Amino acid sequence: MEPKKIYGILSEKFSGKMKQLQENTFPASIFVEADAVVDVCRFLKKEDGLEFLSLICLSGVDLKEQNKMAVVYHLGSMKHKHTISIKAELDRSNPHIPTVESVWPVADWYEREVYDLFGVIFDGHSDLRRILMPEDWEGYPMRKDYVYPKRYHTWDV
Amino acid sequence: MGVLEDKFPDNILFTNADKFLNWSKKSSLWYMLFATACCGIELMQAGAARYDLDRFGTLFRASPRQSDLMIVAGTITHLMADRVKRLYDQMPAPKYVIAMGSCANTGGPFFKDSYSVLKGVDKIIPVDVYIPGCPPKPEALIEGIMKLQEKIMKGKNLVKK
Repeated sequence: MEPKKIYGILSEKFSGKMKQLQENTFPASIFVEADAVVDVCRFLKKEDGLEFLSLICLSGVDLKEQNKMAVVYHLGSMKHKHTISIKAELDRSNPHIPTVESVWPVADWYEREVYDLFGVIFDGHSDLRRILMPEDWEGYPMRKDYVYPKRYHTWDV
Repeated sequence: MGVLEDKFPDNILFTNADKFLNWSKKSSLWYMLFATACCGIELMQAGAARYDLDRFGTLFRASPRQSDLMIVAGTITHLMADRVKRLYDQMPAPKYVIAMGSCANTGGPFFKDSYSVLKGVDKIIPVDVYIPGCPPKPEALIEGIMKLQEKIMKGKNLVKK
Protein backbone atom coordinates (compact mmCIF):
# COMPACT_ATOMS: atom_id res chain seq x y z
CA MET A 1 0.00 0.00 0.00
CA GLU A 2 1.18 3.52 -0.73
CA PRO A 3 2.46 5.57 2.24
CA LYS A 4 -0.04 8.31 1.44
CA LYS A 5 -2.91 5.85 1.69
CA ILE A 6 -1.59 4.45 4.99
CA TYR A 7 -1.28 7.98 6.32
CA GLY A 8 -4.83 8.71 5.19
CA ILE A 9 -6.19 5.67 7.03
CA LEU A 10 -4.23 6.57 10.15
CA SER A 11 -5.23 10.22 10.28
CA GLU A 12 -8.85 9.19 9.85
CA LYS A 13 -8.63 6.74 12.74
CA PHE A 14 -6.38 8.79 15.04
CA SER A 15 -7.28 12.37 14.27
CA GLY A 16 -5.05 14.85 16.05
CA LYS A 17 -2.37 12.30 16.86
CA MET A 18 -0.73 12.30 13.43
CA LYS A 19 1.71 15.12 12.77
CA GLN A 20 2.99 14.75 9.23
CA LEU A 21 4.03 12.41 6.45
CA GLN A 22 7.54 12.63 5.09
CA GLU A 23 7.90 10.85 1.77
CA ASN A 24 11.50 11.61 0.82
CA THR A 25 12.85 8.97 3.20
CA PHE A 26 12.93 5.24 2.73
CA PRO A 27 10.69 3.90 4.06
CA ALA A 28 8.35 6.91 4.20
CA SER A 29 8.05 8.32 7.71
CA ILE A 30 4.94 9.12 9.66
CA PHE A 31 5.38 11.41 12.65
CA VAL A 32 3.19 10.42 15.56
CA GLU A 33 2.48 11.85 19.01
CA ALA A 34 4.42 9.82 21.57
CA ASP A 35 1.43 8.96 23.76
CA ALA A 36 -0.48 7.41 20.82
CA VAL A 37 2.33 5.18 19.62
CA VAL A 38 1.04 1.90 21.14
CA ASP A 39 -2.47 2.32 19.74
CA VAL A 40 -1.14 3.28 16.32
CA CYS A 41 1.23 0.30 16.29
CA ARG A 42 -1.47 -2.14 17.38
CA PHE A 43 -3.78 -0.79 14.69
CA LEU A 44 -1.06 -1.10 12.04
CA LYS A 45 -0.43 -4.69 13.07
CA LYS A 46 -4.03 -5.88 13.34
CA GLU A 47 -5.87 -3.95 10.60
CA ASP A 48 -6.75 -5.89 7.44
CA GLY A 49 -4.85 -4.59 4.46
CA LEU A 50 -1.99 -3.21 6.58
CA GLU A 51 -0.84 -6.15 8.73
CA PHE A 52 2.61 -4.94 9.71
CA LEU A 53 3.47 -8.17 11.47
CA SER A 54 7.18 -7.51 11.79
CA LEU A 55 9.01 -4.81 13.67
CA ILE A 56 12.15 -4.71 11.53
CA CYS A 57 14.05 -2.22 13.64
CA LEU A 58 13.51 0.06 16.58
CA SER A 59 16.09 2.77 16.98
CA GLY A 60 16.76 6.03 18.73
CA VAL A 61 17.93 9.38 17.36
CA ASP A 62 19.42 12.23 19.33
CA LEU A 63 18.22 15.53 17.85
CA LYS A 64 20.33 17.76 20.04
CA GLU A 65 19.94 20.87 17.86
CA GLN A 66 16.16 20.75 18.25
CA ASN A 67 16.44 19.69 21.90
CA LYS A 68 14.54 16.51 21.09
CA MET A 69 14.96 12.78 21.17
CA ALA A 70 13.30 10.53 18.60
CA VAL A 71 12.33 6.87 18.54
CA VAL A 72 11.94 5.30 15.11
CA TYR A 73 9.95 2.13 14.39
CA HIS A 74 10.61 0.40 11.06
CA LEU A 75 7.66 -1.79 10.23
CA GLY A 76 7.28 -4.34 7.48
CA SER A 77 4.59 -6.60 6.14
CA MET A 78 5.57 -9.88 4.53
CA LYS A 79 2.03 -10.40 3.26
CA HIS A 80 1.51 -7.07 1.52
CA LYS A 81 5.20 -6.32 0.86
CA HIS A 82 5.12 -2.77 2.14
CA THR A 83 7.19 -0.94 4.73
CA ILE A 84 6.73 2.21 6.74
CA SER A 85 8.51 3.98 9.55
CA ILE A 86 6.83 5.56 12.53
CA LYS A 87 8.67 8.36 14.29
CA ALA A 88 7.91 9.81 17.69
CA GLU A 89 9.70 12.87 19.01
CA LEU A 90 10.28 13.24 22.73
CA ASP A 91 11.48 15.86 25.15
CA ARG A 92 15.27 15.54 25.34
CA SER A 93 15.64 16.35 29.01
CA ASN A 94 13.12 13.73 30.12
CA PRO A 95 12.46 11.23 27.30
CA HIS A 96 9.55 8.92 28.09
CA ILE A 97 7.54 6.78 25.68
CA PRO A 98 5.20 3.80 26.24
CA THR A 99 6.58 0.39 25.34
CA VAL A 100 5.34 -1.51 22.28
CA GLU A 101 6.33 -4.84 23.84
CA SER A 102 2.65 -5.82 24.00
CA VAL A 103 2.37 -5.43 20.21
CA TRP A 104 5.63 -7.02 19.07
CA PRO A 105 7.42 -9.07 21.78
CA VAL A 106 10.71 -8.53 19.88
CA ALA A 107 10.62 -4.90 21.02
CA ASP A 108 11.89 -6.06 24.42
CA TRP A 109 15.58 -6.12 23.46
CA TYR A 110 15.33 -3.26 20.95
CA GLU A 111 13.97 -1.00 23.64
CA ARG A 112 16.61 -2.10 26.09
CA GLU A 113 19.25 -1.15 23.52
CA VAL A 114 17.72 2.29 22.94
CA TYR A 115 17.50 2.76 26.69
CA ASP A 116 21.11 1.66 27.08
CA LEU A 117 22.56 3.97 24.42
CA PHE A 118 20.18 6.96 24.48
CA GLY A 119 18.56 6.87 27.91
CA VAL A 120 15.00 6.82 26.60
CA ILE A 121 12.69 5.41 29.31
CA PHE A 122 10.12 2.98 27.93
CA ASP A 123 7.19 3.14 30.37
CA GLY A 124 5.71 -0.25 31.18
CA HIS A 125 8.68 -2.24 29.89
CA SER A 126 8.99 -5.61 31.65
CA ASP A 127 12.76 -5.63 32.12
CA LEU A 128 14.36 -2.27 31.37
CA ARG A 129 18.06 -2.93 32.02
CA ARG A 130 21.20 -2.12 30.07
CA ILE A 131 21.90 -4.69 27.39
CA LEU A 132 25.25 -3.83 25.74
CA MET A 133 27.08 -1.75 28.31
CA PRO A 134 27.94 -2.90 31.84
CA GLU A 135 25.17 -2.41 34.40
CA ASP A 136 27.12 0.17 36.38
CA TRP A 137 28.13 2.25 33.36
CA GLU A 138 27.45 5.96 33.69
CA GLY A 139 25.74 8.00 30.98
CA TYR A 140 24.34 7.07 27.60
CA PRO A 141 27.13 6.71 25.01
CA MET A 142 25.23 7.55 21.81
CA ARG A 143 24.02 10.94 23.04
CA LYS A 144 25.75 13.78 21.24
CA ASP A 145 26.90 15.50 24.43
CA TYR A 146 28.26 12.30 25.96
CA VAL A 147 31.67 12.66 27.61
CA TYR A 148 33.80 9.52 27.67
CA PRO A 149 34.90 8.53 31.17
CA LYS A 150 38.63 8.32 31.88
CA ARG A 151 38.45 5.19 33.99
CA TYR A 152 36.12 2.26 34.46
CA HIS A 153 36.59 -0.21 37.34
CA THR A 154 40.36 -0.74 37.45
CA TRP A 155 41.40 0.17 33.92
CA ASP A 156 41.67 3.17 31.60
CA VAL A 157 38.91 3.47 29.05
CA MET B 1 80.54 -35.08 28.97
CA GLY B 2 84.16 -36.08 29.61
CA VAL B 3 84.64 -38.43 32.55
CA LEU B 4 80.97 -39.45 32.74
CA GLU B 5 80.87 -40.72 29.19
CA ASP B 6 79.92 -44.35 28.78
CA LYS B 7 79.60 -44.83 32.56
CA PHE B 8 75.80 -45.04 32.55
CA PRO B 9 73.20 -46.95 30.51
CA ASP B 10 71.51 -45.20 27.56
CA ASN B 11 68.29 -44.29 29.39
CA ILE B 12 70.06 -41.82 31.69
CA LEU B 13 70.78 -38.29 30.56
CA PHE B 14 72.11 -35.19 32.22
CA THR B 15 70.53 -31.75 32.20
CA ASN B 16 69.92 -29.01 34.71
CA ALA B 17 66.71 -28.69 36.66
CA ASP B 18 65.65 -25.37 35.13
CA LYS B 19 66.03 -26.67 31.64
CA PHE B 20 64.05 -29.78 32.45
CA LEU B 21 61.21 -27.89 34.12
CA ASN B 22 61.08 -25.33 31.34
CA TRP B 23 61.06 -28.05 28.74
CA SER B 24 58.11 -29.72 30.40
CA LYS B 25 56.26 -26.40 30.65
CA LYS B 26 56.79 -25.41 27.06
CA SER B 27 55.90 -28.84 25.69
CA SER B 28 52.45 -28.95 27.21
CA LEU B 29 51.01 -25.48 26.70
CA TRP B 30 47.33 -26.19 27.04
CA TYR B 31 45.33 -23.21 25.93
CA MET B 32 41.88 -22.21 27.00
CA LEU B 33 39.06 -22.21 24.45
CA PHE B 34 38.40 -18.50 24.43
CA ALA B 35 37.44 -16.69 21.26
CA THR B 36 35.34 -13.54 21.11
CA ALA B 37 35.60 -12.46 17.46
CA CYS B 38 36.95 -13.35 14.03
CA CYS B 39 40.43 -14.16 15.40
CA GLY B 40 38.71 -17.17 16.94
CA ILE B 41 38.13 -18.57 13.46
CA GLU B 42 41.86 -18.41 12.75
CA LEU B 43 42.51 -19.98 16.12
CA MET B 44 40.22 -22.87 15.25
CA GLN B 45 41.91 -23.18 11.88
CA ALA B 46 45.32 -23.29 13.56
CA GLY B 47 44.07 -26.11 15.78
CA ALA B 48 42.58 -28.07 12.89
CA ALA B 49 44.24 -30.63 10.63
CA ARG B 50 46.11 -28.34 8.24
CA TYR B 51 48.17 -26.39 10.78
CA ASP B 52 47.82 -28.92 13.60
CA LEU B 53 48.79 -27.05 16.77
CA ASP B 54 48.84 -30.36 18.65
CA ARG B 55 52.32 -31.10 17.36
CA PHE B 56 53.66 -28.35 19.65
CA GLY B 57 51.95 -29.94 22.63
CA THR B 58 49.34 -27.18 22.64
CA LEU B 59 45.83 -28.47 22.80
CA PHE B 60 42.67 -26.82 23.93
CA ARG B 61 40.95 -27.24 27.24
CA ALA B 62 37.42 -26.08 27.87
CA SER B 63 38.15 -24.97 31.42
CA PRO B 64 40.50 -22.26 32.73
CA ARG B 65 41.42 -24.51 35.64
CA GLN B 66 43.13 -26.98 33.32
CA SER B 67 44.90 -24.49 31.08
CA ASP B 68 48.31 -22.81 31.09
CA LEU B 69 47.81 -20.39 28.25
CA MET B 70 45.09 -17.90 27.46
CA ILE B 71 44.93 -16.89 23.83
CA VAL B 72 42.81 -13.73 23.82
CA ALA B 73 41.42 -14.05 20.30
CA GLY B 74 39.14 -11.14 19.56
CA THR B 75 37.59 -7.89 20.68
CA ILE B 76 37.16 -7.43 24.42
CA THR B 77 34.38 -5.09 25.49
CA HIS B 78 34.15 -3.47 28.91
CA LEU B 79 31.32 -5.85 29.68
CA MET B 80 33.57 -8.82 28.82
CA ALA B 81 36.68 -7.41 30.50
CA ASP B 82 35.57 -8.33 34.00
CA ARG B 83 34.99 -11.90 32.83
CA VAL B 84 38.39 -12.08 31.13
CA LYS B 85 40.01 -11.01 34.36
CA ARG B 86 38.07 -13.58 36.33
CA LEU B 87 38.99 -16.34 33.88
CA TYR B 88 42.64 -15.34 34.12
CA ASP B 89 42.47 -15.44 37.91
CA GLN B 90 41.01 -18.95 37.74
CA MET B 91 43.98 -20.32 35.79
CA PRO B 92 46.63 -22.06 37.91
CA ALA B 93 50.18 -20.71 37.73
CA PRO B 94 52.39 -20.84 35.72
CA LYS B 95 50.12 -19.07 33.27
CA TYR B 96 50.75 -17.16 30.07
CA VAL B 97 48.74 -14.84 27.86
CA ILE B 98 48.94 -14.31 24.12
CA ALA B 99 47.12 -11.26 22.75
CA MET B 100 46.07 -12.33 19.28
CA GLY B 101 45.12 -9.72 16.69
CA SER B 102 44.75 -5.95 16.66
CA CYS B 103 41.70 -5.82 18.93
CA ALA B 104 43.38 -7.67 21.76
CA ASN B 105 46.60 -5.69 21.28
CA THR B 106 45.27 -2.13 21.14
CA GLY B 107 41.56 -2.10 20.41
CA GLY B 108 42.29 -2.26 16.67
CA PRO B 109 39.61 -0.69 14.46
CA PHE B 110 37.69 0.37 17.57
CA PHE B 111 40.56 2.38 19.00
CA LYS B 112 39.16 5.82 18.26
CA ASP B 113 36.07 6.90 20.21
CA SER B 114 34.56 3.51 20.85
CA TYR B 115 32.41 3.57 23.95
CA SER B 116 32.30 -0.17 24.49
CA VAL B 117 35.65 -1.70 23.50
CA LEU B 118 38.62 -2.22 25.80
CA LYS B 119 41.70 -0.64 24.19
CA GLY B 120 44.06 -3.55 24.58
CA VAL B 121 43.83 -6.54 26.87
CA ASP B 122 47.11 -5.56 28.57
CA LYS B 123 45.14 -2.97 30.51
CA ILE B 124 43.66 -5.75 32.63
CA ILE B 125 45.97 -8.78 32.48
CA PRO B 126 49.74 -9.16 31.82
CA VAL B 127 50.48 -10.18 28.23
CA ASP B 128 53.52 -12.26 27.19
CA VAL B 129 53.29 -12.23 23.41
CA TYR B 130 51.50 -9.84 21.06
CA ILE B 131 50.54 -11.09 17.61
CA PRO B 132 49.68 -8.32 15.11
CA GLY B 133 47.19 -8.85 12.30
CA CYS B 134 43.52 -8.46 11.65
CA PRO B 135 43.15 -11.36 12.01
CA PRO B 136 46.62 -12.98 12.10
CA LYS B 137 47.10 -16.04 9.93
CA PRO B 138 47.50 -19.41 11.64
CA GLU B 139 51.22 -19.25 10.79
CA ALA B 140 51.47 -16.04 12.81
CA LEU B 141 49.74 -17.68 15.75
CA ILE B 142 52.15 -20.62 15.55
CA GLU B 143 55.08 -18.21 15.51
CA GLY B 144 53.61 -16.45 18.54
CA ILE B 145 53.39 -19.75 20.38
CA MET B 146 57.00 -20.56 19.42
CA LYS B 147 58.09 -17.14 20.73
CA LEU B 148 56.32 -17.93 23.98
CA GLN B 149 58.13 -21.27 24.14
CA GLU B 150 61.44 -19.41 23.70
CA LYS B 151 60.45 -17.12 26.52
CA ILE B 152 59.55 -20.03 28.74
CA MET B 153 62.94 -21.68 28.08
CA LYS B 154 64.66 -18.55 29.43
CA GLY B 155 62.73 -18.70 32.70
CA LYS B 156 64.31 -19.48 36.08
CA ASN B 157 62.34 -21.80 38.33
CA LEU B 158 64.57 -22.51 41.30
CA VAL B 159 66.22 -19.17 42.03
CA LYS B 160 64.60 -15.89 42.87
CA LYS B 161 64.61 -13.51 39.94
